[in-house]
Amino acid sequence: MKMQKEKMSNATTGWLFKMAWRDGRASGGRLILFMASIILGITALVSIQSFSDNLQENIRLQSKFLMGADFIIDSRQLPNERVQGIMDSLGGAEGMEVNFVSMASFPESNDSKFVRVRGVEGSFPLYGELETEPQKAATTYITKNGALVDATVMLQFDLEVGDVIKIGDTTLPITGILKSAPGNSGLASSVAPAVIVPYQIIDQTGLIQVGSRLDYNYYFRAPEGMDLDILDKELDPILDAEGADLDTHTSGSRQLGNSYGNVGKFLNLVAFIALLLGCVGIASSVQIYIKEKLRSVAVLKCLGASRKQTFLIYLIQIAGMGLLGGLIGTLAGVLLQLTFPSLLQEFLPFEIQLSLAPQPIVMGLLLGVLMSVLFALLPLMNTWYVSPLQVLRIQEAPEKRPKKARALVLLGILVFVFLFSLWLLQDWRYALGFVICIAVTFSILAGVATLFMKGIKRFFPSNWGFTSRQSLLNLFRPNNQTMVLLVAIGVGAFLISTLYFTKDMLVAMAQLENDGNSPNIILLDVQSEQKEAVAQSITPKGLPILDNIPIVTMRVHSIKGRAANDLRQDTTLTMNKWVLNHEFRVTYRDSMISSESLTEGEWVSETPKDGLIPVSIADNIARDAEVVVGDTIVFNVQGVLMETVVGNTRAVDWARMQPNFNIVFPKGVLENAPQFNVITTNAPNAKASAGLQRELVQKFPNISVLDLRQIVTLIENILDKIAWVINFMAFFSILTGIIVLIGAVRTSKYQRIKESVLLRTLGAKSKQIMQITALEYFYLGVLGSGIGILLSLISSQLLATFVFKTPFVPSPVPFLVLLPGITLLVLLIGLSNSRSVLNSPPLVVLRKEGS
Amino acid sequence: MSKILNVHQLGKTYSSGSKKLTVLDAISFEIEKGDTFAIVGPSGSGKTTLLGLCAGLDEADSGSIELCGTSINELSEDERALLRNKEVGFIFQDFQLLPTLTALENVSVPLELQGIKNAKTQAMELLHKVGLGDRSDHYPSQLSGGEQQRVALARAFINNPSILFADEPTGNLDEETGEKVIQLLFELNKEAGTTLVIVTHDLDLAKRTQHILRLKRGKIASNQSTVLST
Repeated sequence: MKMQKEKMSNATTGWLFKMAWRDGRASGGRLILFMASIILGITALVSIQSFSDNLQENIRLQSKFLMGADFIIDSRQLPNERVQGIMDSLGGAEGMEVNFVSMASFPESNDSKFVRVRGVEGSFPLYGELETEPQKAATTYITKNGALVDATVMLQFDLEVGDVIKIGDTTLPITGILKSAPGNSGLASSVAPAVIVPYQIIDQTGLIQVGSRLDYNYYFRAPEGMDLDILDKELDPILDAEGADLDTHTSGSRQLGNSYGNVGKFLNLVAFIALLLGCVGIASSVQIYIKEKLRSVAVLKCLGASRKQTFLIYLIQIAGMGLLGGLIGTLAGVLLQLTFPSLLQEFLPFEIQLSLAPQPIVMGLLLGVLMSVLFALLPLMNTWYVSPLQVLRIQEAPEKRPKKARALVLLGILVFVFLFSLWLLQDWRYALGFVICIAVTFSILAGVATLFMKGIKRFFPSNWGFTSRQSLLNLFRPNNQTMVLLVAIGVGAFLISTLYFTKDMLVAMAQLENDGNSPNIILLDVQSEQKEAVAQSITPKGLPILDNIPIVTMRVHSIKGRAANDLRQDTTLTMNKWVLNHEFRVTYRDSMISSESLTEGEWVSETPKDGLIPVSIADNIARDAEVVVGDTIVFNVQGVLMETVVGNTRAVDWARMQPNFNIVFPKGVLENAPQFNVITTNAPNAKASAGLQRELVQKFPNISVLDLRQIVTLIENILDKIAWVINFMAFFSILTGIIVLIGAVRTSKYQRIKESVLLRTLGAKSKQIMQITALEYFYLGVLGSGIGILLSLISSQLLATFVFKTPFVPSPVPFLVLLPGITLLVLLIGLSNSRSVLNSPPLVVLRKEGS
Repeated sequence: MSKILNVHQLGKTYSSGSKKLTVLDAISFEIEKGDTFAIVGPSGSGKTTLLGLCAGLDEADSGSIELCGTSINELSEDERALLRNKEVGFIFQDFQLLPTLTALENVSVPLELQGIKNAKTQAMELLHKVGLGDRSDHYPSQLSGGEQQRVALARAFINNPSILFADEPTGNLDEETGEKVIQLLFELNKEAGTTLVIVTHDLDLAKRTQHILRLKRGKIASNQSTVLST
């Protein structure tokens, strides 16, 4: 028979597109939630990814200009013969500088400032330029033996070109204002602004003494075609052994990229969450949409459309909307990223040139379609199983959707989430972790919903009043929405709350202690013979001496009986070799301080009369040097070998703004070694701080004064900016979350409206219907958001431990604000669903909702 | 005359929990091509279920149906859809127009499904015929009940069906509008020479057909020819 050969009508693919367009054209309003979910998710993703790509690209492009050379060889001392030989073999450095931090004073205004002095010789920079005012000052400061002073310092102390600056024992004219220079990164130059002087005057400052922290940088231009990564790989170990280091502009750009790591990770998390919320939003809004379309599907089937055709009409429509949403979201994202540079400019060492990053744009468009189709598939499957009999008012039991198809769609969703996380996080373990976390969250929420329904059914309070009983009945009787709503509300609350906790965590990571008992002025490089005199300058002003920490410099001579030289040449060694080359700054004391806690062994206060000296090692050093309690280390203390044993290991909170040490000796052994001191005090206000700094600079030009008050303010400013960006992006996700909630709660409208109308017809008062509805949504809101927030505690702890590597102290805000906020939102949307029932006669409502 | 619909020993049962409800039991009848036929009976007698089975909207539990020379028991759901598209027209009590399509687009759909190019021209002609030429770009929500049913009539006839099933075609209309719609239905039917099967409560309407099949509790109570039968 002819009929058995043909399986489908002759309608073309074009007709399917035409039908999708016709139907979509008249359904615009109903797709607002759907579009909003995609647009917000994609906007967040594209803006963050585009900006991140632009940032990386800018760092890569500008890395030569940021460094001022193709590569640098740096060392803490003048190069020895071997290092000099290597430098000569590379064609010799074209420029060099020595830099150190010191106090500088300005005799005209009687002010002083902690600065980084950069003594420069030869052609520096090799790339880029010294941006100065007047412009010619960039070259004339050498011939005039003058100084180029950072623009912020000039402004702060109201200085002008022609004024003088005193560095150590020498006074120089300020010949120009330094606006920018290679090697000055934003944050570091804010703490210690740069002063560039000719190299030949450095000796005259008298600041180069034993124990001074100096950096010698030699600037090189690479011959064309030289592979800098290979150069780095070959020369770095040799230079390392000689106490020098090679940095290429490419490795520099990687480090620079990494220094924005946590903010980047967080922004990626925001994009991920915004998009996931968008996906949940799509699923719930398509659920509503398709529900409204099932009657039309039945009519089309009745008129001869096949299951495949009806399914395709709506699939094309959803994919089209996804593409449109992706397009709008991508455009909005590209526009939004334009605002980021102005927010972040202050702590970026260069001006960002924005361009259209193709990858996020393509991904935005693709994701718009992909996530729409994938997350719409489950609701769309309903069209496949709609019977044309529905047009005859015959309500059949819905055909069961095959488990295999559902499982395949769910698997597809999990694979999508995994691949997307992988793209975003570039680490399959994190990606897998995210997928597992999301799957576990869904499962727990679904489990709780099932238990909740069973629990109410079993312990149903039959003696409660009518409205209370009705509201509880709604939670488990046929056509209930408990599962769908609890999962949607729970996931929304979970994601929003995780974002809040993470944001809190990041901001707390950088919080600074600033009370009266914490030091806020640190005096560095105080020589032993200056200790008493410095104390005499501090105490008469009523300021306390909080710490007086002796510091002895030393190097590792041998570890566990093997000489450092021997270890350096051992290619099979797994320990971190920097330990062998590093000059450690060590202190001695009889007790631990507040930033330390013992992880292994016992604290030793005094050196025992006989045996090895028990030293305390920070746990990160113990890890790098691969030593444990009981292992021996011999230190070379400026020519004298000291045999020690690891007595204990300590965890150190390096984020605390106070002097912390890798290695601590007990009392009774280093007292007579050559040493210098760090003295800390607390100045209650800016005036006291300025007075003390002025006096110290005049009396002790070699001492550097670090004013933490300024640094605290500076860092807080930067943090405020970062927090603003974080909050702004988090707001996006929260907005998407609200849309998800609206979508989810609106889904239940169709389940409840007929029941409410029936109750109305039977004589229920508005108040009773309101109470039933309000109570039902209240239970769902409290339970869903409560569990979501509780689950977010676990996910935040995991993020803190594995991603951000910081302690997590939960804030009560999600419980105090999010829980009632989300519950209220659910309640309001739920009540707005019933508004039409309360305001219109029952028949009008039925006719309107049924049409 | 040849048979366009041949129903033999048709049975349909629905399950309600553990109970089984027999809606149709051993129904047999046949309809000649070009005849007009009414199925009547009280509520719950199985009229609409019978119509759904005859039009291939549902599958019978027992018995057989031959529609337009094709045994529809052997067809898959999509093959039955194709058969409906080519041979069957429908009129429903609640019109069942697609709410997001204009009147013209609603009428065009059956032809478009067949891949016919000038569907809109033919649809427009039919809309003129039912008196709605000037309302072609209106959506169903912008039309009255009578107008919607006239659009549905145009849609039902656009594919020149061999057989037209009408389920309570005046059930949602007032008496006057209902009468106009019925007159139009019979006129168009006569013009096209289509077999017409009407399910109705309205005995007066039933009497305007050539045959009346009475159902009672899922069984045939009577199958009579009316005076119109020649």
